[in-house]
Amino acid sequence: MTYSIRELQTSPATSVDAEPRLGFHIPEGDPLAAGVGAVVRKLASSWARAQRVLLQSARALLHSLVPWIVPVLLVAVWHTASASGWLSTRVLPAPLDVVSAAWTLAESGELWKHVQVSAGRALTGLAIGGGLGLLLGLLTGSVRFFETLLDSTIQMVRNIPALAMIPLVILWFGIDESAKLFLIAVAVFFPIYLNTFHGIRNVDPGLIEMGRTYGLSRWGLYTQIILPGALSSILVGLRFSLGLMWVILIVAETISAQAGIGYLTMNAREFLQTDIVLVGILLYAALGKFADLLARALERYWLRWHPGYQKAS
Amino acid sequence: MTSNTSDKPPYGVGLHLQALGKRYGARDVLRNTQLRVEPGQFVAIVGRSGCGKSTLLRLVAGLEAPSAGSIAVDGKPLDGLSTDTRIMFQDARLLPWKRVADNVALGLPPEQRAKAQDVLQRVGLGDRGRDWPAKLSGGQRQRVSLARALVHQPRLLLLDEPLGALDALTRIEMHRLIEGLWQTSGFTALLVTHDVQEAVALADRVILIEDGQIVLDETINLARPRQHGDPAFAALEKRILDRVLQKPDAEPKTDINWLGKPAHGLRWAI
Repeated sequence: MTYSIRELQTSPATSVDAEPRLGFHIPEGDPLAAGVGAVVRKLASSWARAQRVLLQSARALLHSLVPWIVPVLLVAVWHTASASGWLSTRVLPAPLDVVSAAWTLAESGELWKHVQVSAGRALTGLAIGGGLGLLLGLLTGSVRFFETLLDSTIQMVRNIPALAMIPLVILWFGIDESAKLFLIAVAVFFPIYLNTFHGIRNVDPGLIEMGRTYGLSRWGLYTQIILPGALSSILVGLRFSLGLMWVILIVAETISAQAGIGYLTMNAREFLQTDIVLVGILLYAALGKFADLLARALERYWLRWHPGYQKAS
Repeated sequence: MTSNTSDKPPYGVGLHLQALGKRYGARDVLRNTQLRVEPGQFVAIVGRSGCGKSTLLRLVAGLEAPSAGSIAVDGKPLDGLSTDTRIMFQDARLLPWKRVADNVALGLPPEQRAKAQDVLQRVGLGDRGRDWPAKLSGGQRQRVSLARALVHQPRLLLLDEPLGALDALTRIEMHRLIEGLWQTSGFTALLVTHDVQEAVALADRVILIEDGQIVLDETINLARPRQHGDPAFAALEKRILDRVLQKPDAEPKTDINWLGKPAHGLRWAI
């Protein structure tokens, strides 16, 4: 994506790449003048090249800074609103208060402990639900019999929202860790299952036929053609699941917890410590963003062969 | 014709198709087809679309089972896929998640990987081994596909309209490449194509399939490399092409006035 940055251009855009113009005319046939002219021309072209490089790096810098303009502006507005007293601390604490609350928690080690507990819950739920989803997706996608047996049942259960099952979950599991893990696992299962199933089913049959004619065994066909072909769909399912995972975690942590970001936030709410509540919210956001970054990095590595993921050259 | 001056047995396989038939549901695609191919021959199969030439190739490959008749490869009946046979499809069918060199080495035992690089070199892509297939042009991908087929040193190479999607210049280069590789290795080649010129340029024999049966079996006696401008070449090509287009199609019955009257004698070759 390119946009013109008129303020940074020191000369009209078209002439940066063109032959630099000299401000005077050199008489032809004069060797000394010709030599001087050559030196001046060289200097001028190096200056033009330097200008180009500067312009490109300035463009790149701005490109990376522009996404930050809106958040920084928002925080600035927030700060002025709090400082001027227009925004009461009951409604929203000042940004500096939030920062100092976060700092206090970090210093005492509490922040890290809660983050660890929450992240642990989320990842365990992901491992259980996602693992099961992957397995069943591979099974129903590859073997017709299992598709006929299991798929319609799974589709029916899928339509039951996980959060609506909370009263049942509390009845079955009580209010300890297993209840939260169950909720997360159930929510995370379906996107991964669906996308794995879809991915396996949509591998190009021409490639599978080609693999058969080139002497690949069934196992070889699976590992070299079917699984890599399904991988981009599976990763989409993973990103979906990661997003859901955080949402369900937040809700699950409200069902009474002894530790975790949800506990931190609920506790702070009891004592009207709105700055800590905001720290909790921001922590959730940061963890969600981090998980998404991880998933994108996985995608970039595993799908680096895909023309859609390669840098435009 | 291949000049087999040495005494060693031909590398290619001999094919014998007897009373071969294939039907899909109620439709007979191939009927009572008889064909004998000598080891090392280059046979081109031409015909209109839907005539059954690709089906014939798929039966010889072992991808499908015949409804009637039999196929014998070197005297032995064919049963499913064979390790000596390789196919080159119309689309390159490269695995996009493997690098070019890994694609060529598909199905090769790990100790023979160096062969993959040699064959890549032979098709002129020796320096592209580390690239992803998405970065190659259509002609380059087909060359990789050819390398992949040849790295297993097949005794029977089946080509299913492999050059149909390429531009004219690349096609001529591919002709030379395939011909050269065939002359060196001596495998039996079966080329399915709708391009009669390509058939005459490459093959020892041109077979025309019409309505599921072989109706023409023309031997090409021209010296190699074949010259496109050569009068004998042109005459052969004209004879075969005339035969391909000879069968008149029924005039389509239409009472849709706004479509106008169809051009007289319009027939479809592809």
